Amino acid sequence: MSAAFIFEQLLNSLQLGVMLFVMAAGLTLVFGVMGLINLAHGSLYMVGAFFCAWVAGETGSFWIGLGAGLVAAAAAGAIIEMLVMRRLYDRDHLDQVLATFSLILIFNEGTRWVFGAQPLYLDIPDALATSVPLPGGGGYPLYRLVIIGFGILTAAGLYLLISRTRLGMQIRAGESDREMIGALGVDINTLYTLVFAIGAMLAGLAGALVGALQSVEVGMGEPVLILAFVVIVIGGIGSIKGALIGALLVGLVDTLGRAFLHQLFALALPPAEANGYGAALASMSIYLLMAIVLAWRPKGLFPVNA
Amino acid sequence: MNRKLIALALAAAVFTPAAAQAENVKIGMITTLSGGGSSLGIDIRDGFELAVKQGGGKLGGHAVEMMVEDDARKPDKAKQIADKFLKRDKVDILTGLVWSNLALAVVPSAVKGGVFYVSPNAGPSQLAGRLCHENYFNVAWQNDNLHEAMGAFVSDQGLKNAYILAPNYPAGKDALTGFKRFYKGDLAGETFTKLGQKDYAAELAAIREAKPDSVFFFLPGGMGIAFMKQYAQSGIEAPIFGPAFSFDQGILKAVGDAALGVKNSSQWSKDIDNAANKAFVADFQAEYGRLPSLYASQGYDAARLIASALEKAGGVGDADAFRAALKAAEFDSVRGAFKFGSNNHPIQDIYVREVIEEGGVLTNKIVGVGLKDHADAYASECSM
Repeated sequence: MSAAFIFEQLLNSLQLGVMLFVMAAGLTLVFGVMGLINLAHGSLYMVGAFFCAWVAGETGSFWIGLGAGLVAAAAAGAIIEMLVMRRLYDRDHLDQVLATFSLILIFNEGTRWVFGAQPLYLDIPDALATSVPLPGGGGYPLYRLVIIGFGILTAAGLYLLISRTRLGMQIRAGESDREMIGALGVDINTLYTLVFAIGAMLAGLAGALVGALQSVEVGMGEPVLILAFVVIVIGGIGSIKGALIGALLVGLVDTLGRAFLHQLFALALPPAEANGYGAALASMSIYLLMAIVLAWRPKGLFPVNA
Repeated sequence: MNRKLIALALAAAVFTPAAAQAENVKIGMITTLSGGGSSLGIDIRDGFELAVKQGGGKLGGHAVEMMVEDDARKPDKAKQIADKFLKRDKVDILTGLVWSNLALAVVPSAVKGGVFYVSPNAGPSQLAGRLCHENYFNVAWQNDNLHEAMGAFVSDQGLKNAYILAPNYPAGKDALTGFKRFYKGDLAGETFTKLGQKDYAAELAAIREAKPDSVFFFLPGGMGIAFMKQYAQSGIEAPIFGPAFSFDQGILKAVGDAALGVKNSSQWSKDIDNAANKAFVADFQAEYGRLPSLYASQGYDAARLIASALEKAGGVGDADAFRAALKAAEFDSVRGAFKFGSNNHPIQDIYVREVIEEGGVLTNKIVGVGLKDHADAYASECSM
């Protein structure tokens, strides 16, 4: 096992982690400000990917497609906030789960109806389809480095937005006392729509960026949604900082589990069994991580309003 | 007056002798039409219905009544639909299931009740071996078949150090077992990935580190699209091999140029030269405006097998005659030579295809035969 291999796997962990952060940030923001559990967050990820693929196919430019994916996801987010979510803020979480689950079904079948059942084509821009040499040999795909860049920019942008702007101030105020901020003359409806649209746009960004790397198909949002929930539960529901740390931890544990667990088992077991146990344990590693974190800190690493 | 007329019409409808419709053969299709994997079920349905349309609503001269329902890839839902088809609609023939886990939930109890099941896709080893049944016919393949052909082909290429990977679930394990059954070289590595996993960065780094001379993978659906794209970006140069599932017509467009030149194994290809296949490809394109896939060919063959048996046995009234006629498989399969082995699974050639570009569309052409007159490995476990 070479140093370059370990370094490459660490980069892979970072890349998975920042993508999960972009996805989880919107989810945790919406929960923190509005107290809403949004299962349809994965559908917004799918909307971003499909519009990116469609527009990129029509125009031939991935970047125009990416822009279109962001706009479409933000617009879809604003529309469902006004039509559906607004009626759910005062209801309990079970009603929210039920309503947003139905949105998943509507989005999946709607997307199939509009774009067809077959997966869409979306590839990374040619300029990024090369790899960058790593110290110690081997190469790393440039596109994955660009994804890491997008993730870091998103984290920095969210930090500045929340700590330095008027909107950020209102978001923080909304998190600590919803009624008071309304009484102080802030238009709470507009604020909620805006926050929801920002969260949706982040999901769309993740969908478009990852869609080009993976596949653009109906139902692509649900597996990611589960990972995003694991991230925010580990980080502390509602905390952006928690989402960042949680996402990096999940990225690290998942990637290193897949890369090294079967080798670890192979020290003590024959290869076939080591592969089986390694694969089985790697698929549950992040859930074990979640269980351990919750046993130690039941409200997550960075609990809000602790 | 009007009321009387309506009442009369109703009475006429109620008292029309059922005998007028008794000749209809009822076929219940349970397949995946929504959510993930729906493109497979849609192709099977469209292929099957094409054969019915070609016959003017009849199969083998018998009017058929088709009932199609969506299982959403859920075993419990497939079971419910099967119960409804059997108890309420009293269907004669069941067909359509795409996924092996759904087939295992539905088929064994259904065929025990006397209904016929013609599988257009799923062929789990259990149903070919221990759980085989005289009323169960698989017109596609036993699950291991395509992987076995690829194992033989990779060895024939003089490649001796393959890296193989598949998802960690029963069909994935069958796939690697099938590959290894006919592959003679060493393994540079063997990896089971998470089912549904879409990011293969960690696995690709491990493949690069292992320096194999070839890579074999079985990753159906979106998993395969994601793997192929990322493999192309990784800069790993070992040639890649897989079963047709990741290189089929419905999926090639989404994989894009990354698939060009890849060798894959299949029992069917649109360029197989026989009259039945030419008519199928032309009619499918005319009817649906797209090229047929592997799954569409299997749906089509399922319908034509049923048609041949209905014609020979004069309907489904005499179950023994119909069963014997199915087993005789006297139909012109779009894949060419076809017959059933002792366990009612196909004995057929498995071809090796290469992905090419043809008129701006990615598609496959046959470059060789992987295994000739190939039967599955489980026939000996079947008591028939």
